Amino acid sequence: MTARNVLARSTWVDVALLLTGACFLLPLLWLVLGSVDPSAGHAVKVPQQPGLDNFAAVLTPELLFRPLWNSLLLSAGTGLVTLAAAVLAAYPLSRYRSRFTTPFMYGILFGTCLPITAIMVPVYGLFVQLRLLDSLPATVLFLAATSLPMAIWMTRNFMDAVPLALEEAAWVDGASRLAGLRSIVLPLVGPGLGVVFIFVFIQAWGNFFVPFVLLLSEGRQPAAVSIFSFFGQHGAVAYGQLAAFSILYSVPVLALYAIVARGSGNSLALSGAVRG
Amino acid sequence: MPASHRTRQVLRYLPVLPAAVLLLVFLAGPVLWAFHASLTNAGLTGRHARNPEWVGLDNYQRLLQDPVLPLSLALTVLFVAGSAILGQNVLGLALAVLMRRARPVVSATVGTAVVAAWVLPEIVAAFAAYAFFSRDGTLNQLLGRLGVPETDWLYTVPMAAVILANVWRGTAFSMLVYRSALSGVPGELTEAAQMDGAGAWQRLAFITLPVIRGSIATNLMLVTLQTLAVFTLIWVMTAGGPANGSTTLPVMAYQEAFKFGDIGYGTAVATVLILIGAVFGAAYLRLLREQRP
Repeated sequence: MTARNVLARSTWVDVALLLTGACFLLPLLWLVLGSVDPSAGHAVKVPQQPGLDNFAAVLTPELLFRPLWNSLLLSAGTGLVTLAAAVLAAYPLSRYRSRFTTPFMYGILFGTCLPITAIMVPVYGLFVQLRLLDSLPATVLFLAATSLPMAIWMTRNFMDAVPLALEEAAWVDGASRLAGLRSIVLPLVGPGLGVVFIFVFIQAWGNFFVPFVLLLSEGRQPAAVSIFSFFGQHGAVAYGQLAAFSILYSVPVLALYAIVARGSGNSLALSGAVRG
Repeated sequence: MPASHRTRQVLRYLPVLPAAVLLLVFLAGPVLWAFHASLTNAGLTGRHARNPEWVGLDNYQRLLQDPVLPLSLALTVLFVAGSAILGQNVLGLALAVLMRRARPVVSATVGTAVVAAWVLPEIVAAFAAYAFFSRDGTLNQLLGRLGVPETDWLYTVPMAAVILANVWRGTAFSMLVYRSALSGVPGELTEAAQMDGAGAWQRLAFITLPVIRGSIATNLMLVTLQTLAVFTLIWVMTAGGPANGSTTLPVMAYQEAFKFGDIGYGTAVATVLILIGAVFGAAYLRLLREQRP
């Protein structure tokens, strides 16, 4: 193959890829342009008088800050509960072998396969029976349960990578198992746990259906749900404001994803999901 | 002593308890409750909300006669086959293969564009897709330039619109899976084939694809399961309409339970979906076990 040939082929590939990439960006163009266009509609157009009016309009406690605060409570709560339960569960599953370990691990992996949207109707019924409807803590616990299987698999993979010999040295020196977990294992898997937390946080932040079904009062709804009423109930939809709100609501997860992706995040996270 | 040994064994696994309780109460519980509730006439409001009555298999009998069920099943199959198995899977693989042969800066830029649609919150992606396909949206603007008359895509071809939107939203996952799989293909293999005179297509078909077939199977299973559960995208774009034209099973379950207030019947629909998911889940586990050395 000649050098010219390589170059030609590579250009062909580049053009094909760039065209595909452009197709992926097109739907997002409306979000960006619409947010700075005070007279935005469905159509993509370069704003005639670009300005931050839309952002100013949604920057109110009722429209923006309360829903975002609720999103933060929901996502951080879910992340913390998931992480605590996953660390506790993953430690013995990583360190001791018994005939229950493998069935348990495959059992929870099977749990991740259940379509969450199918479970929402029965979950609603369950929450009614238990009188947990419209409760933020109960919604946090449910979200934590849905992200636990993945979190336990990922956390156990990280712990498996820490050599047992390190803890054994500590035990010889008289440290307890708990002390071994706290002072030896946790610091070593720290970055991995950060990845798990961020992934759970991003999922909870972006989740629409669960809070849509389980949280009824407006004062408790996260941004994912409040944005929907914004879209549906205000009569004529203020598209520019919707776009501005969407951007403000998306920025935190985009930033968090960038943090994870900067490391070996992609392959790391997917190794938990795909290779099992 | 065996007794104390057993006690110690149990104590060791005590920390698993919080996770186990959460999983039992909030995942296994609802699934079991679904089987039970689908045999009752539980309602959203009123008398049947507080004291549901046992109706046996009535809901399932009604479901079998419901004309929406075959439609909904067919639309679900169409949605999964079109957007996940064909769309996301093939496009994701194509992107991953091309990205290895493109300039690094191009590959990184396009990768970011594809991933952006995936990382955005579900509801924001759904709004963007709605705006893109709506009557005066971006798609019609572009086609208008080419002289194609304006069409209301969400009304005339709702399934095509939601399938394309889901391809747009979900392809990043397959792309990332295949990028990581392709980077694991030993370079000597493809180089040896190249020496023997195999062209690019031949190398792909006879070397690369067979080597990563495990990843392909796993990816197919995962995107199927993810797509089976898609609700928000369809709900925002078409709400299942027009005339149930895009009512997949999750949308049907939601409508029956919450719009028509019939929790018992909605749960029966959800149970069907849970069973379908369980079949795919079992197949997925089997696949993973076979792949393990």
